Amino acid sequence: MSGGDGLIDSAVAERVLACALACGGEFAEVFAERRGGLTMAIDESRVESVQSGAEEGAGVRVVSGGTSYFVHVDGLDPDDLERAAVEAAAALRGERTEPRALQARATTPLPIEQRPEEVPAERKAEMLRELDERGRVEGGEIAQLRASYGEARRRIAVANSDGLLTGDDRTRVRIGVQAVARREDRVETGAETLGGHRGFELLEDDPGAIAASAARKALTLLDAGPAPAGSTPVVVGGGFGGVLFHEMTGHGLEADHVQKDASVYAGKLGAQVAQPLLSAYDDGRMPGEWGSDAIDDEGTPTQKTEVIADGRLTSFLYDRLTAGRDGAASTGNGRRESFRHLPIPRMTNTYIAPGDATPEAMIGEVQKGFYAVSFGGGQVDPATGDFVFGVSEGYLIESGRVTAPCRGATLIGNCLDALGAIDAVGEDFWMKTGICGKGGQKVPVGTGQGHVRIAAMTVGGTEV
Amino acid sequence: MSSLTELAGRAVEAALAGGAGEAETYATETATREVRAHAAEIESLAAARQRGIGIRAWIDGRVGYGFGTDLSAKGIATITARAVEAARVADPDEFAAPPSDPGEATPLAGLSDASVGEWPTSRVAELALAVERAALESDERIAAVEQAVYFDSSERVAIATSTGAGGEFESTSCYAYAQALAGDASGRETGLGFGIARGPAGLDPAVIGGEAAERAAAMIGSVKPPSRACPVVLDATVAASFVGLLGNAVGADAVQRGRSPLASLLGERVAADAFVLRDDGLDSGGFAASPIDAEGVPRRRTPLIEAGTLRTFLYDTYTANRGGGASTGNAGRSGYRSPPGVAASNLIVSPGSLSFEALLAEAGEGVCVTDVAGLHAGVNPVSGVFSVGASGRAIRAGELAEPLREFTIASDLVSMLRSVRAAGATPRWVPFGDSVSVPPLLIGEMTVGGS
Repeated sequence: MSGGDGLIDSAVAERVLACALACGGEFAEVFAERRGGLTMAIDESRVESVQSGAEEGAGVRVVSGGTSYFVHVDGLDPDDLERAAVEAAAALRGERTEPRALQARATTPLPIEQRPEEVPAERKAEMLRELDERGRVEGGEIAQLRASYGEARRRIAVANSDGLLTGDDRTRVRIGVQAVARREDRVETGAETLGGHRGFELLEDDPGAIAASAARKALTLLDAGPAPAGSTPVVVGGGFGGVLFHEMTGHGLEADHVQKDASVYAGKLGAQVAQPLLSAYDDGRMPGEWGSDAIDDEGTPTQKTEVIADGRLTSFLYDRLTAGRDGAASTGNGRRESFRHLPIPRMTNTYIAPGDATPEAMIGEVQKGFYAVSFGGGQVDPATGDFVFGVSEGYLIESGRVTAPCRGATLIGNCLDALGAIDAVGEDFWMKTGICGKGGQKVPVGTGQGHVRIAAMTVGGTEV
Repeated sequence: MSSLTELAGRAVEAALAGGAGEAETYATETATREVRAHAAEIESLAAARQRGIGIRAWIDGRVGYGFGTDLSAKGIATITARAVEAARVADPDEFAAPPSDPGEATPLAGLSDASVGEWPTSRVAELALAVERAALESDERIAAVEQAVYFDSSERVAIATSTGAGGEFESTSCYAYAQALAGDASGRETGLGFGIARGPAGLDPAVIGGEAAERAAAMIGSVKPPSRACPVVLDATVAASFVGLLGNAVGADAVQRGRSPLASLLGERVAADAFVLRDDGLDSGGFAASPIDAEGVPRRRTPLIEAGTLRTFLYDTYTANRGGGASTGNAGRSGYRSPPGVAASNLIVSPGSLSFEALLAEAGEGVCVTDVAGLHAGVNPVSGVFSVGASGRAIRAGELAEPLREFTIASDLVSMLRSVRAAGATPRWVPFGDSVSVPPLLIGEMTVGGS
């Protein structure tokens, strides 16, 4: 697609930008968006919570001397957009700045084979019934199962005073399953998701496997003992195990944290922050991945950014504003939840590149340790580097073998210590989907890695 | 009748004409402002007005939901059609119905403060800057403030239902917070200070900035504690996080679907006597207060835990129908984009008699937790088992001692409530996710995971 077609035409965008810069400012931008989607769920074997909606609106931003003035409106009525621009400019007292004439730049959105909105809703309901059945046949102890389906389409247009006019058309599909297993007083849960920047073709081959997997996780935990508490070697599983890197490194590389000296990675560009066996990337161009887009929400093409090369820190993640402050170029990481939000530096798909160890070998070398197969999620304070992860599936490692399952474990540590303590990276590799929250905005992100071993980490459990 | 209520009524008519057996409209109109300050400058200033509606349609026990921002007649017709189509995909549920006779709501005072409208943006921007200054000036060990933020919102909500349930109300709210950074490059510490009010006139920048500074500076030189089981004092902000979890567990939806750790404990002893909890949708001190809930049923005050015993669960219309009881006015929703579901309103833990110092003295040797992280990942909402990251202070000989970081606290919700030894005398409103008023709590024993 090219320019703002269908959302905002070139002449309107130019008028809005001129209004936005009427009282000065170095930069102005209008971001227009039309978004819609459908979600539904099955719970207690009943299809419910069928919801469908559409919203459209625009946000106008004026940047002047380090301050962003932002006004957003519902709807795309040209008069409303102009009013928003006038309101955004109202706090400024300078001389008019002239925006450059707009030049449309074509963007090729990620390919969608089967538009989800063209698939009958009844077929999606049928798929949910199949998920329900597939989960429940895993065992009679599956007491509850909830599966959800979501599709979303976002069409965006970006025009700015540097003369850029471009747009993107994004479609995402995701399913998730949460299973509850019960044995007398014991209750355990298992969850699994599958998603992509893709159409309904994502669900072509066996979406039911997700349900079976969630159910098996819950059933396994019924036999789990309490997790140990203390410091121990930890082997982290692939895929969503990558959320560990997302939290303990990715957030600290977002340039807004770095520039406020609120990141433990500030001042460490070029420094050895990990052992030479570790390389990592943020890649917004991975085909079909959950965190991919053709352009970011400022119109910058997404890219593959090497952030750690052989253990050395090589790049931060920038949006337009933070790149300008560092005299760097945007890395295509300026993302926003919707037209109601300002763009900030955000990860896209972040991953540790495959290494050369096999999972069997890295577990085999551990005498006494913990195997964190997957996480429920995590959180980091980029300023202190302190992080915490909830382990959703974990096992003891004893004499080089994976033994008893554990429940209720948490991994806790400090970014730089833990990153430096990664002493093996697996050759196996896959990606998983996540929803990342920052500054009150949620965006889809991909995380990935093969198995990774951390020489020592604190496991928080109930067994002292 | 306001234009918003009229709009909601028209949308209900449109839904009935479009094939719905019963219909409900939730319409909102919101104006918000947000100011972010950093390094004595305004980093961003955002303003917005937004309107949206959500329509719930019932057709023979099937429920569908549609929402949108286009409020023209054509837009409403589209949203209506979405809701009706959605209902046709859903399976029937015999308990699905709108409230039929919800009773009269009484007007509720104290939900709005004129200062939201009266203070120009320049003045609230100055407030954000003052919060940052206060943090920097109150302690010389504060190196910077990552961000000082002010936010306010004025909202009008109108609900109309084909059964006659509904109403309209207005409210304002605002908050400010700052994240202070203490220490040097060899070790950074962060501290959060916040305040909430109905309008900016109710916020004190010196208190908010001062709290951020105090919390950050207190963490300088923090160490990892040894793993052990010991008495734990939860400060009000941390206690509020756990009370929020409890709010989900007392929701009838989680109970009826077998996903609450309290499901089988109605009428049983679930807490120590020192822990007294109620849900109060009419206490205007909390942001969840309103005359009616999210489906038009009058709000009320519901005792939840008294004398250690679980008295009731919280119900909306659907779960009340299913459970054979009456709604407790606890339908909540996160906006026009989603249909209502059971949610606590304001959760209020009764204060006890001990000062914070007396709580520490009572603990003797233990840990005072001032921050927890990873609650969304470290808690199993179905079993109530949790293990979360924490930081705080050691308690030695009944007084605060060295700062502690990078440890976990682990237990399960009911065990924790049963071992509450005392509640502090000074409660505080904490708005993180849920609206909770709670004093600091002394827990007799919890597992601390450290080195």
